[in-house]
Amino acid sequence: MPNLEHPAYPAADLLSLESLVPCRESQVSMLLSIFGERQQFSFPSIFIYGHTSSGKTYVMKTLLTTLQLPHVFVNCVEHFTSRLLLEEILTQLQSCSDTEQASPVHCDTFNDFVRLFKQAVVSRELQDQTLYIVLDRAEQLREMEANILPAFLRLQELTDRNVTVVLLSEIVWELFRPNVGCFEPFTMYFPDYSIGHLQKILSQNHPPEYSADFYAAYINILLGVFYMVCRDLKELQHLAALNFSKYCEPVVRGEANERDTRKLWKNIEPHLKKAMQTVYLREISSSQWERLQHDGGEPGQLKGLSAHTHVELPYYSKFLLIAAYLASYNPVRTDKRFFLKHHGKIRKTNFLKKHEKTSNHLLGPKPFPLDRLLAILYSIVDNRVAPTANIFSQITSLVTLQLLSVVGQNDQLDGPRYKCTVSLDFIRAIAR
Amino acid sequence: QQIQEDLNKQLLDNLVSFLSRSHSEFQEKTTEWTCRMKFREIPTAALVLGVNVTDHDLTFRGVSDVLQDNITPYTALLEAKDCPGIKNLMQKLMGQLMNCDIEADSLEDEDYVHVSQNRIRCSMSSLISWYKSVTKKTDSETPSKKRNSSSRHWQSPPVVVIFKDMESFTTKVLQDFIVISSQHIHELPLVLIFGIATSPMIIHRLLPHSVSSLLCIELFQSLSCKEHLSTIIDKLLLTSRFPFKLGEKVLQVLINIFLYHDFSVQNFIKGFQLSIVEHFYSQPLSVLCCQLEDVKKRVNSLSHDQCENIRRLPSFRRYVEMQESGKQIALLTNDTFLKEETQKLLEDLHVYHENYVSILRCLHVFTSSLPKYPLGKQIRELHCACLENRVWETEEYESSLQLARMLNKTDLVTMLQQCMEILVSSSGKGFDKTIEKLKEFLTQFQNLEAEASQERDVSISSQKELQKKTDLYHLQKTLLELKESRRSKKLTKFEMLRFEVVDYIDSLVRKYLVPADTRTLHEIVYFNAAAVLRGHLNAAPRTALHTALNNPHWYLKNQALKCDGGGISNKAPDICIVYKLHLECGRLINLVDWLEAFSTVVMAAEEPNADAASSDQVDDVIHARFIRAVSELELLGFIKPSKQKTDHVARLTWGGC
Repeated sequence: MPNLEHPAYPAADLLSLESLVPCRESQVSMLLSIFGERQQFSFPSIFIYGHTSSGKTYVMKTLLTTLQLPHVFVNCVEHFTSRLLLEEILTQLQSCSDTEQASPVHCDTFNDFVRLFKQAVVSRELQDQTLYIVLDRAEQLREMEANILPAFLRLQELTDRNVTVVLLSEIVWELFRPNVGCFEPFTMYFPDYSIGHLQKILSQNHPPEYSADFYAAYINILLGVFYMVCRDLKELQHLAALNFSKYCEPVVRGEANERDTRKLWKNIEPHLKKAMQTVYLREISSSQWERLQHDGGEPGQLKGLSAHTHVELPYYSKFLLIAAYLASYNPVRTDKRFFLKHHGKIRKTNFLKKHEKTSNHLLGPKPFPLDRLLAILYSIVDNRVAPTANIFSQITSLVTLQLLSVVGQNDQLDGPRYKCTVSLDFIRAIAR
Repeated sequence: QQIQEDLNKQLLDNLVSFLSRSHSEFQEKTTEWTCRMKFREIPTAALVLGVNVTDHDLTFRGVSDVLQDNITPYTALLEAKDCPGIKNLMQKLMGQLMNCDIEADSLEDEDYVHVSQNRIRCSMSSLISWYKSVTKKTDSETPSKKRNSSSRHWQSPPVVVIFKDMESFTTKVLQDFIVISSQHIHELPLVLIFGIATSPMIIHRLLPHSVSSLLCIELFQSLSCKEHLSTIIDKLLLTSRFPFKLGEKVLQVLINIFLYHDFSVQNFIKGFQLSIVEHFYSQPLSVLCCQLEDVKKRVNSLSHDQCENIRRLPSFRRYVEMQESGKQIALLTNDTFLKEETQKLLEDLHVYHENYVSILRCLHVFTSSLPKYPLGKQIRELHCACLENRVWETEEYESSLQLARMLNKTDLVTMLQQCMEILVSSSGKGFDKTIEKLKEFLTQFQNLEAEASQERDVSISSQKELQKKTDLYHLQKTLLELKESRRSKKLTKFEMLRFEVVDYIDSLVRKYLVPADTRTLHEIVYFNAAAVLRGHLNAAPRTALHTALNNPHWYLKNQALKCDGGGISNKAPDICIVYKLHLECGRLINLVDWLEAFSTVVMAAEEPNADAASSDQVDDVIHARFIRAVSELELLGFIKPSKQKTDHVARLTWGGC
């Protein structure tokens, strides 16, 4: 084991750690060397970043648990206010090793936190060890009070205890840095797994009934199909678990043995392609997919989410929506030409109009006043429409359905302005 | 009246039962897939409900009730307006969940204290600890409790969170919530239900892939609201159980509002209820609109005035005129005789309804399969047509009969069989003969089939003969013969029978589908004041405002205000004068000109012969009145101060409405 050698920790622990975190040896050894020995003061704050599912959280967790370092692990999304966050850290600290019932802690400010934190550390006799506080999804910290992030970065200094704060995030440190001077953490990058890494990691947890080689071959096929679109390890694991039973089918039936990769490949490939179109996009849920596999039926009968695009609307709502669309994408000056019976002469050059239209679609919808909407509505509906309360309430209900959106000031009397937020395809479907 | 309350209750019961039926399959599925939770996905149901948002409330209430009864005591209903942030969402969620727990076991007071203390700290971890404590308790001690006993076969009932209106939630809140709950899915079996009004694509629009991959979404489509409506109409109007009926115009109004405006079954039912109220309120004889069993009692208890009321009914008068003179006098003078007669007539009406409904269904069977649907695809359209006037006089009916005469045999037979079923299941007495007749038709058709096969044999043999003969003349002759025979044969057998069937149906229609307003005493059970209903349901605020300002007489009921055509009367309230003057202006209104016009109108009446010198300077009082009227108009939203010119105001409305 050239990578993982550290005098402070027993070799057995390091060995198990090595097996648990494949393809991350260099990062782990780096971390270990930063951490130093248990009683040594470590770097006050470490910032780890990397793309989604590059193993940041997993590596930290396994590292800290296998080496039995005292630590607190908190997800910042879950504890969405600073109070919740601080209280959570303190409760975890209390319940970390103490068996006695953790009393609910109240901690409103960072000042309290520092005080309580000191107490907790003293009461648990952790002075001689480095305590690690891991903040997962640290990008949420930016949205809390301004003092939280700098304070966490300097926690060692503030508490005068042996503590290291580890921030895990998906974005780079430069986006974090507050404009007031703060302590620069040690930054560390977790690169994406390469295809070889993925292969290695995925093959590691093969089901016990089958041999490792067999599963590795399966993973190879799976990656061949999905690697182009998806490098998310979690997603790939999910897909692998879903489709494995199908892959095994010929073996179970005895048509092919485990070595017969070619046959198996023939069997699974169209299936995986189908899976890519449906399951990966979450068009149909995984449980539906499994049921489908058991039945062996056609996926055509199960319509995906996007198949139900048709929306039923009441008669006038349809016209309202169409009118809103017209009002959003046509300039005001063309209204007279389009909607009046005795309009002026139509412009000769068609080219100009076309150019206008495309540019309008690229620019996106423009706001329009309510009166214009109603005027267009009257001109596109054949028979007379009374401006009843129902029509007005329909406009509001379209807004709640997010087909229209209100723009600008919320002065009711001042003639509200709307925007049409649906696409051309949608309007086409409705106009039919 | 009590009848009406009963009716309302029945309506709602109907609706609820309907809803629960439509969702029962959904429930079954829920139980199925909550059991198999894998990976880190949150099982999610996406309910596509259509745009009739007003109905959703009831649906969700029904769903959560059913869920609570059958699956889990822990359900929470979240609305977008309560949850602007993740904090509020969690608070709301905790509150609801813990409340339903308190309902389940209200005895434990200490637990309540614990809950209220916990409510300050709303986070997922406290929710989980609460859940653990609750499930432990229910596992250990409560085999007797009703609610939990139903869900005892899983040791941990899932927590169902319903998002009522998915579209209105902010993206961030939903994302955060999903991420958080996916972290804890192992400790807390959570099931999400999204209520979607538009299309399921909204999920992809609201949630990025990293979040939606945490969900295990299954789609459930509820019935379209149109189908919903037709079942409601089927149950409420096309039965003889409810004595109250809607007239043609009223029904048309209600259906139009439904189709054109809101697609809301709820509103349809509200309109129906309103018409019931209106009917019982405005029609003094509506006492008689009740179940057949009560009619006798009520008719006997009629007072003299009410009898007079009956005599005044136009349909009754028509009826009287058709009787012979002796009976006429008796009807018009003798109350007891009148009562007997009324009772008989009402019974007739009841029988008529029974027959009407079943024949209508038969006719619908025929017309609904015709190409182009001359009489409408839905039974409600047919119903409207039949109510409107004599259906057999309309062009559509003619054309549909024409088409019916061209139906092929298998269709015809299946239709006849359907009609048979309808008639047999209906309770009408006069249908025995009809059923027999239809049976006869069917047997004839079967005979025809047998004959046809024979015929085919014959024709084949003749063709064989034909092949033998090579003589040109003979060939021609036999060919002609064959052709003729074929034509005549068809006419005689199948086509004749077909004509017969269609004619018979026609006669049935003529006999039973007489429009209701030709029946005597139809006023008692039919509600026909469509204009009133439209006024109530389809409010037109702008028009009303315009009438009020343009024509104050309409609302103020003051004879002096009745104005003559286009002139502006000076007796009208100031605001009316100002409004009328402003109608004559363009987009920007000069205040000074406006004031001048106002003062001339006002002065014209007060001092018609005042000297010119005083009118030069506008009176202070008039000035004040003018300013007040203008600010009132501004309050009503007709004008606003403009920034382009300081002494001008901008008009916010255009045209006359």
